Amino acid sequence: MNSAMFNLIIFVVLCALTYVIFSRRFGIMNALRGTRKDAQKVRLEDALKHMFAHDEQDSSATLTSLTDALRITSTQSLALVERMQQSRLVKALDGRIVLTDEGRRYALQIIRAHRLWERYLADETGVDPVEWHVLAERREHALSPEEADALSDRLGNPRFDPHGDPIPTDAGEILKDNVAPLTQLSVGDNARVAHVEDEPEAVYAQLVALGIHPGMELRVEAKSDERIIIEAEGRNLILAPLVAGNVSVKWLTERELEVEDQARETLNVLRKEESAVVSKLSSACRGLERRRLMDLGILPGTKIEYDRRGLTGGLTSYRVRGTVIALREEQAEMISIQNREKVAS
Amino acid sequence: MSEIVAAVEHSPDGCAACPMHHSGNLVKLGVDMTRYDFVVALAGNPNTGKSTVFNAITGLRQHTGNWPGKTVTRAEGAFGLGDYRYKLVDLPGTYSLAAAALDEEIARNFILFGQPDVTVVVVDANHLERNLNLTLQVLEITDRVVICLNLIDEAERHGKVVDERSLAKSLGVPVVSTVARTGDGIPRLLDTIAKVATGEIVGNPNRVQKLKGRFAQVVADLKRQIKAEFPSLSNPEWVAVRLLDGDRKIEESILNGELLELATQSDQAQEALDSTSVQDRSDSAQPTGQAGERIVSAAKALRWDLGTGFQDRLTEGIYTEAAKIADKNTTMNGKTKRINIDRTIDAMVTSKWLGFPIMLGLLTAVFWLTIAGANAPSAMLATLLIDTFHPMLHSFGNMLNFPWWLSGFLFDGIYLATAWVIAVMLPPMAIFFPLFTLLEDAGYLSRVSFNLDGLFKKSGAHGKQALTMSMGFGCNAAGVVATRIIDSKRERLIAIITNNFSLCNGRWPTQILIATIFIGTLAPAHLAGLVSAAAVVSIAVLGIAFTFVTSWALSRTVLRGELSSFSLELPPYRPPRFWQTIYTSIIDRTLIVLWRAVLFAVPAGALIWLMGNIVVGGASLSAHTVGFLDGPGLLLGLNGVILLAYILAIPANEIVVPTLLMLTVSTVGIAGAGEGAGVMFELDSLAGTEDIFRAGGWTLLTAVNLMLFSLLHNPCSTTIYTIWKETRSAKWTTLASLLPVAMGFLVCFLVAQVWGLFA
Repeated sequence: MNSAMFNLIIFVVLCALTYVIFSRRFGIMNALRGTRKDAQKVRLEDALKHMFAHDEQDSSATLTSLTDALRITSTQSLALVERMQQSRLVKALDGRIVLTDEGRRYALQIIRAHRLWERYLADETGVDPVEWHVLAERREHALSPEEADALSDRLGNPRFDPHGDPIPTDAGEILKDNVAPLTQLSVGDNARVAHVEDEPEAVYAQLVALGIHPGMELRVEAKSDERIIIEAEGRNLILAPLVAGNVSVKWLTERELEVEDQARETLNVLRKEESAVVSKLSSACRGLERRRLMDLGILPGTKIEYDRRGLTGGLTSYRVRGTVIALREEQAEMISIQNREKVAS
Repeated sequence: MSEIVAAVEHSPDGCAACPMHHSGNLVKLGVDMTRYDFVVALAGNPNTGKSTVFNAITGLRQHTGNWPGKTVTRAEGAFGLGDYRYKLVDLPGTYSLAAAALDEEIARNFILFGQPDVTVVVVDANHLERNLNLTLQVLEITDRVVICLNLIDEAERHGKVVDERSLAKSLGVPVVSTVARTGDGIPRLLDTIAKVATGEIVGNPNRVQKLKGRFAQVVADLKRQIKAEFPSLSNPEWVAVRLLDGDRKIEESILNGELLELATQSDQAQEALDSTSVQDRSDSAQPTGQAGERIVSAAKALRWDLGTGFQDRLTEGIYTEAAKIADKNTTMNGKTKRINIDRTIDAMVTSKWLGFPIMLGLLTAVFWLTIAGANAPSAMLATLLIDTFHPMLHSFGNMLNFPWWLSGFLFDGIYLATAWVIAVMLPPMAIFFPLFTLLEDAGYLSRVSFNLDGLFKKSGAHGKQALTMSMGFGCNAAGVVATRIIDSKRERLIAIITNNFSLCNGRWPTQILIATIFIGTLAPAHLAGLVSAAAVVSIAVLGIAFTFVTSWALSRTVLRGELSSFSLELPPYRPPRFWQTIYTSIIDRTLIVLWRAVLFAVPAGALIWLMGNIVVGGASLSAHTVGFLDGPGLLLGLNGVILLAYILAIPANEIVVPTLLMLTVSTVGIAGAGEGAGVMFELDSLAGTEDIFRAGGWTLLTAVNLMLFSLLHNPCSTTIYTIWKETRSAKWTTLASLLPVAMGFLVCFLVAQVWGLFA
């Protein structure tokens, strides 16, 4: 065996060693990272979240559900519940485990940290959407309430996480199901009717006559002190504020809006010698990216015309307000269009 | 801030009540900014001819630097008009003042906190609607605005006529039509600037409420509260909108009283100009602290009720107004010839058959002109600086009876290294940069990005990296600076870190020399030239491959979480301003980079000489080091001399070959060759050079690995310093410096060992 062979073997062994030490899956570094104390804290907080989720659905967590959710043994979960009882975070009521006020506050803190972190990842980083949840699952245990407050402040105190779930406030309040009277919607908001109040009868009759029903999706077109104009099921409806106050609505989450969008055409279908009018920028287009597109003049109502495609197929240019803007395919996909038509060349 | 405020002070011999200032006496003061009475800010969209306006007012010379602590270019100039002197500050070109990106934040903060006496907004008459978006935002902050309606000639060619007077009426501030390229309208622009600066014209800007419905109510609510707490604030509505938008900087400036202080100061300054009496206004600044907190917490509470979509409605509102104004004031006369010319050129440069040939043709032409054109001046400089001045300096030293070590240290060390860097670096850069800038200004380079984005996107990079990469073939430091055109952080870092894989001007000569000596000679004589050229080109192509692979790896690992966004505008084609471009690109790019390189060459030259001349235990320091590095060097298929040469030549790749020759001669001890210990040299004859390298024990493997290592090693210190300047991050600078050299070690090692298996 010559020295070159020997050197190469040493090299391969070194590479393998480095991989074992630093790899994410079975890396030694990774194993060394979490201490036992941290692991306990994480488990306890995950348990609190589990119980909170059950509380919200008006069912209660049990030892079994906890054991399943946290993927631990029943002995471990029993010890965990005992520890939580000692800290007065939970109480046991005939086989069911219920959060105390203290426990509920703690759980909300974790959820707040989680959702704020997702909001942060969505707005201020380039992290892929599929990773948001996983990263937030880790980060929620590390963020102190003060840090969460500072983060919230920095993000402009957002109300919803990028999935449309409400973020608990620093005082531990959370919008339950995020239902509000129709009068609270602002122009442009999309919502679904959750409940139609049947009293007083006269108002209810008016609502029925207008065809307003639970589950109906609507969008507020205009709003003044005298009336609210909504667009629903292809019609424009005019409501007096008094009448609208009897309709409870739920804001559509971003995911629901996406589904709604899929029915529509997006800019990337536009072909040579065609133009269209921008109808909407997807809510998946966030932060800096959204501002850039809007600053360049790509807004609902803007006329946009296909220009040409770049040689390597990455970009397509469009004529917008007299200028030529190049967009990537995935950007064009986030812009909904309507009134697609041929342009006379 | 204080210097700007001080500048507003009344000049002793000036006269605010004097009648018109005629601009017939415009004095372009260039960089002479010793004393000024007024500060004028220049704002505008990118591609509106803003820098042409700047040059038309101040002349070619300008002071360029960076905004404090930022990597955004700041240009300043001065001009005199009538009895006053003005300082002109060029703000970054932006589409908006929302402060979402760094350049927007800088522009916004300067208009707000820098309190310029006049803000000139350069507006492209041809793209009025988009430009008015920015204009309306400026008008919300300040009323001391002059609109420079530029490029009216281009608009006319597109069949558009913008009515200056009615536009001024719509906006509530003076509008002056100009063609900055020819200087048309500039005198009137200056007159108007002077009138606004001295308060002769007082603007009444369009601040139409652009929001509707509930959002408008919330804004009005907060505005009322702000007005009640801070009556002296001139733009309460804008402040209300910013607070509701969650603008941290505005929030801070309210809490610490900065915003109110400015309002008070500008009142004072105005009074100082009107009459000379300054009232004591300290009373109004008292309750700031508590009032500020009240406002900020009110805004926070309102923001919670605001829900989503505030920002969207805001932008939509401004654009609706902009479209209305643009529509009202533009008339079309049906001529659209010019648009068709632009479209025809676009069709050509993006066509399947012509697109790539045109691109390769133009880039090849630029490189050919650079290499061919630089040969003669480089040789001349070398003759002058090295063959003539160097001996002259020595005789000068002898005349003054310098001891041998002093003239050795000064002339053989410091002077020689510096002279070498200048002779090899200056000519190619002075040719390459202007050519490149001309293509950029003509609008062609953005089409290159447009065409190549598909390739770069696959590796997680931005199409504009095609340009910074090409720039890197000229000079990596300049390539790193050029990444400023990429406005997305992740893609910009990728472009910075991988720029070193573009084989720069300083490395081409090394590649060509080694390829000619060791690889060309393997082929039959008539093919030798072709083979060695092919070897060099494949190294450059390998560099491009490394760029893509490394970009891909970076975007998926360390840079995964960095914010990323994409935008690319294809500006209209414009004939570039030839002489201006050549002048500014030589001043701005070439000389700055050269100066940095010289700064680093000085200590390197000193070190090279000292290492060759300090003798410890019978051998020089460099001989010791070479002995020490020989082991690892041979493992990499190189040798100790090469490794030491690359360490000593960190300041500039240009001095690698002379250092190699000098070190080889001194370690091997070739009698009669070289210029003495620690004195770099080059030989005119290839055979002589080859003899020295062969004597140093070089083989074909050494040559191949040297070519690889020349591509894959740490950036030169000028580039490292530039990377630090651009990123302000020790982490990214370290990564950018060590990653290529680690890859170089790896590649050389593998090549050497695999070679060893078969040898």
